[in-house]
Parts: sequence; C-alpha cells; structure tokens
Amino acid sequence: MSDTILRMDNVTMQFGGVVAVNDLSLQVNRGEIVALIGPNGAGKTTAFNCITGVYEPTNGMISFNGQPMLRNHPAGKMKKFYAGAHADKFTKAYVPQDEEALAAIAAAREAGDELTAANLQAAYDDAAEQRKEQALLLDPHAFSDKVIAPTPDKITKLGIARTFQNIRLFKSQTVFDNVLIAKHMRAKQNIFTATFRLSYKEEKRMREETEALLEEQNLIHLRNELATSLPYGLQRRLEIARALATDPQLLLLDEPAAGMNPQETLELTEFIGQIRKKYNLSIFMIEHHMDLVMEISDRIYVLDFGRLIASGTPDVVQNDQRVIDAYLGVSDDVED
Amino acid sequence: MEQNMLRKKRSLKYTYIDCAIIIGLFVLLAVLENIMMPTHIFFTVVKKGAIYALLAVSMNLLNGFTGLFSLGQAGFMLIGAYTYAIFTIPLEMRESVYMYYDGGIINFTLPVVVAVILAGIMAAAFAFLIGWPVLRLKSDYLAIATLGFAEIIRAIFQWDKLGVITNGANLLRRYPKFTSALVPCAVAALCIAIILLLINSSYGRAFKAIRDDEIAAEAMGINLFRHKQMSFMTSSFFAGIGGALLAMFQTTVQANAFKSAMTYEILLIVVIGGIGSVSGSVLASFLYIAASEWWLRFLDSPMVLDNGFQVPLLRVGFRKVVFSVVIMIIVLFYSRGLMGDKELRTENVVNGFRKSKKKLREWISDRRKKNREVAE
Ligand SMILES: Nc1ncnc2c1ncn2[C@@H]1O[C@H](COP(=O)(O)OP(=O)(O)OP(=O)(O)O)[C@@H](O)[C@H]1O
Ligand SMILES: [Mg+2]
Repeated sequence: MSDTILRMDNVTMQFGGVVAVNDLSLQVNRGEIVALIGPNGAGKTTAFNCITGVYEPTNGMISFNGQPMLRNHPAGKMKKFYAGAHADKFTKAYVPQDEEALAAIAAAREAGDELTAANLQAAYDDAAEQRKEQALLLDPHAFSDKVIAPTPDKITKLGIARTFQNIRLFKSQTVFDNVLIAKHMRAKQNIFTATFRLSYKEEKRMREETEALLEEQNLIHLRNELATSLPYGLQRRLEIARALATDPQLLLLDEPAAGMNPQETLELTEFIGQIRKKYNLSIFMIEHHMDLVMEISDRIYVLDFGRLIASGTPDVVQNDQRVIDAYLGVSDDVED
Repeated sequence: MEQNMLRKKRSLKYTYIDCAIIIGLFVLLAVLENIMMPTHIFFTVVKKGAIYALLAVSMNLLNGFTGLFSLGQAGFMLIGAYTYAIFTIPLEMRESVYMYYDGGIINFTLPVVVAVILAGIMAAAFAFLIGWPVLRLKSDYLAIATLGFAEIIRAIFQWDKLGVITNGANLLRRYPKFTSALVPCAVAALCIAIILLLINSSYGRAFKAIRDDEIAAEAMGINLFRHKQMSFMTSSFFAGIGGALLAMFQTTVQANAFKSAMTYEILLIVVIGGIGSVSGSVLASFLYIAASEWWLRFLDSPMVLDNGFQVPLLRVGFRKVVFSVVIMIIVLFYSRGLMGDKELRTENVVNGFRKSKKKLREWISDRRKKNREVAE
C-alpha cells in the first residue's frame, strides 16, 4: 500500500450528458513513470483535471499517499442524469459485492446444482461483514456520503504539481518571477510582513532557491526574459521548472513533447528520466509521441472514450488488440 | 551571476534618484506655497490631483494588478469620508451639525490620524463582507455586486433612521481640514508607497499571477479566494483613506455626491494612465484634474474679442463636450494608456534613451553603408 503514491478508484467525470472519464481506476507507484495514452478526446486531460481539483469528479475517489484526497458521488441534479457506473459506491447505500463469488453461485444455479448454489450463497452471506471490513481498508470513509473536494492549491500543497497541454505561463512576468511564484505557497510571511519587508530573510531564501533551480535547469541565462518571449520548447521546459519549484512528489505532465521535433523529443525523454532521479519524483504523463512513451514508461494506461481499455508494461500494451483497434479507428477517421 | 549583481546595484542607485526627485517635488511645492497666492487654482489641482492619484492607484491594485473588475470605489470612498467626518467633528460643534438629530448619539471625537486609519479599516471591513460571497464565484459577478453595493450604501447613509449617526440627508461639516497642499500629497505619497511595496512583494506577485492566469496560479498553490479577498480589502482600505482626504478637501460631506459617476471618473484615470501602471495612474490623475478644473475652464465662459466678435461655441457646458471628445480619442487611439503596464522610473527612462540612441546610431550607419553601395 505504502508505495502507491496515487490511486484513482472508479472516477467518473460527466459534463451534462458527456461522460468524459468513465469509471477510471488506476494507480501510480512511488518512483514510477506511468503514461496515460489514448486517441484525441479520450478524456486524458479531464482525468488530470480531476486529480488536480480543477474539476470535481462526478463520482469516485482519488487517494494520495494512501490518504483519500478527493471523494464524491452523484448528487443533486446529477443523481438523475448520472450515466456512469457505481453510482452508490461512495455513499451510505454502498453494499460491497464480490463479483467472482456471485458468478460462481450463478454458474452453479445454471448447472442445476441447487445444493452447491445454496451452500455458496450461505458462505457469501456470512462473508458480508468481511467484505465490509475489506472495503473500509480501501476507503476509510466507506459507507458514508462524505465528499472531499479541495481546491487545486491545496492539492499542489500536498505535493502534486502539473503542467498544461496548452502552456500556461504567467505571460507578463519574467522567467525568474514565473518560478519564484511557486515559492509563495510555502512561505510563512503574511501580507504585512511581506509589504513592510519584515520577512526579507525568507524572501532572500526564496530567491536563492529559485536561482538554484533555474541554474540546475539551464534556464538561468534567461532569467530576465519575458516568459512568453521564449521559444516554444523552452516554454515547456520553463513550465516543468515552475512545477518542480513547488517541491512535488508527483509530477503530472500533459503532453510535454507536443510540438517538439524528434531531436527535442529525444532530449526531453532523457530530461524526464533525469528529473525523476534528481528530485525523487513519480511521474504520470499524457503523451502522444509513442517513441517517448515506449522508451521511458514503466507502465502504460490506455484510455478510449473515457474508459480504460488496456494497461500494463509497454510491451504488453503495444501488442494489445484493443489498443491497436482504438488507434487504427482514429487514423481511419483522419483519412476520411 | 556577477552581471546580475551589478544590475541590481545600478537599479538601486536609480531608485534613490527617483526618491530624490519626489522629495524635490515636495520641496518645490513648499516653496510655491510661500510665494504664490494660496487661493490659486494650481493648489486646488494639486490637492485634488493627489487624492485622485491615491484613489486611482488603489483601484489599479485591484483592476490592473489582480485582474478583478470592481466598480465599488465610490461606495468605499463614501464609507471612508463619513467615518472620518463622523468621528472628528469637535464635540462643541455637534449640536449645530446634527441640529435635526439633537446633536447625534456619538459623543466623543478621535484624533485626526486615528480617524483616517479607521476610515480605511471601515472600508476594508465592508469589502470583506461583500467579498465573502462574491469572490468565491468563478465568473465576474464582482462588478455587479460592487456597483449595487455602492448604490445601496449611498441610500442607507441618507436614511433618516440612521440620522443620529450619519446626519441623514444633511451635510456633515465643521470637522478638521487641511490648508496646505503638502498634507494630501504626503498622505497620498505614503499610501502609494505602501501599495508599491505590496505590489513588489511575494503577495503582489501572487496577485499578478492570478491576473495572468487563474488556473495556473491555483496550480502554483495560490489560494484564489484568499488572495482576491486580500487584494480587494487592501484596495478598499486605501479607497477609504482617499475618501477621508476627499472629505477634508471638500470641507463638507454628503452621501448623494458619491455617485457611480465618481467611480467611472477614477476608472477613466486608471485607463488613461495605463492598467497595471502605478506611475501612470498618478500622472493621469494630475493631468485629468488639471484639465477638467483648470486648463479647459475657459471653454465654459463666453468670450468677446476686442473687435466685438463673439467666439462661437464657448458657453457653459462646452468644457464637458471637449473633455469627453479628448478622452474618447485617448481611449480609442491609446488604449494602453499613457504608460501601458510600464512604470515611469529614471531607470526605464535612461535605458529607453540608451536604446533609442543605439537604434539611431545603427540606423545612421546603415544609411551610410547603403549610400556607399549606391555610390559604388
Ligand atoms: N469542461 C468541459 N465541459 C464539457 N465537456 C468537456 C469539458 N472538458 C472536456 N470535455 C469533453 O471531454 C472529452 C475529453 O476531453 P479531454 O480534453 O479530456 O481529451 P484528451 O484525451 O485530453 O484529448 P487530447 O488528446 O485532444 O488532448 C471531450 O469530448 C471534451 O469535449
Ligand atoms: Mg488533452
């Protein structure tokens, strides 16, 4: 348990009638690089937005370091229109079930073996308490309607940092200030001590840390440039540096290689490996460049129309028929 | 690294020069007060200009630096003006000021400085109450909420039932005022300096991050609600102080004067100066007040030349027409305002001058080369 850093349980995100993420369960272990792939519109970015609190998932639970971080169930209007699975799993009404045992009972009934079926059923009923205990182990808030919905800043503070698919730098600010802002979150100063420079020591420390990070990231020579005046590739690097400045344990990268040429992609692959080691990171990334994904990922999850269709090591996923179909399906559409 | 240190040092030197220039302006003002007629319109412009500069900068903190569009400035000024007036009217004057309300129910007076600070605190407290529900919403309801607040507060302060405190729809007067233009200038300069320090602190950077990109700011661990609330309250605090200064300047206070037109006037100054530029707001406010109170006054008085020719168009109200046209031209053609989001600092002026010198030199040598080529 303890080496699972991120865990998603039955996460569903529904916008009106569109189920963008459907019953997604996955986990990222400490120190791993895990990729999330899938055709356009599969719901990858939406999954990231759920993890970082930008969207409040319609249903499901997300845990970080073994602690429930987000938890929700369909409520209000959504109760009626909910189109995903496990509508009551995160409510008081939850009754844990053991699919396998139920299947075995059904199979016995099918075969006309009423006695075995009755025995199995009795054993199953006896195990109800056990199943409850099991459920509580996985979800300490099980059998309650508890909703946990922190704002994105709280999640960043817990140790999850991210980059964005369409780069979101602070456009009117310099490279240095873009990174320095990440230090604000953990600063002890308040608005008075900051204004009247009573916390100048902390300010100095923040600046030194920023400087050191920029140095490590080979961006120091650009410190006084406007963030948006940088070439595209460097803007992506700056966005990663800014995320690193929040001292994360888990880094979420949304298409870090988008718009990069093969050479740059190769460099990025190496870079991601380096920062994982250097900063003891776990990395969860969305990426379309298959070379990069296959080269660097420990495990891969494949999403299509919001649903998980495959998962495993690069080798396994590469040869999975459903994955091939999903991608071929997409390229057919493109040709049309 | 070393280069950066040098740069910092040079920047510090220019900051000292900036401070010296401002002190020089204060000295100049003190000298002028001793040699010019105290009733000269120039001093009216300086006093009102300084107060409006503070009001514009406080609005800029919220609208320009935090990206929150609020239209409550007049409301917060009203609270500041009333707080100051109510608590500083001398005891022996209360009977005559509150003559319809038996001298009112407040029977103590506060020192002027305390009352001015209290004016700011009261305005900030109201901002806290409005911000609590409104700033949590993602979309921009702030403009509507603050505009509504300003109108409601104006009505409430004229309400007869509150007359024992606010004097109802009657004037508040006979509270301490200033005579020297140095007073409003010094208070405004001090407040603007504090706002500048805030803008250049970690919190100021957070405000700017929210303005640039809310989602990215949140992803950087900045609590949107808390920071918006802080910016809103700080801005209102200084609007309250500006209101107190305005009360002293006008010598009387009446709620009905704090109409939304006042807010738009300040918003206009912010836009003319440049959204996101403190020095722009200051500059624009002095120019705006000088133009509306002084330079364009002649447009309002009919003029007959020596030969008996009556100059057409010049009549009461024409000033407002010309003024509106000038402002429309500025807003249409200089939408970034006088300063854009840059600051007017010696450092920037010197650097800008150096750059244009370099450009000029390049251009000349380019020209020479071309001429030579043509000659060959
Ligand atoms: N805020 C929203 N409101 C409504 N629908 C949304 C919203 N955000 C995403 N969607 C829908 O959810 C689906 C998944 O979108 P998402 O951006 O997560 O896809 P993606 O896998 O990241 O695709 P891409 O590879 O193009 O980035 C899309 O159909 C999209 O239209
Ligand atoms: Mg996406």
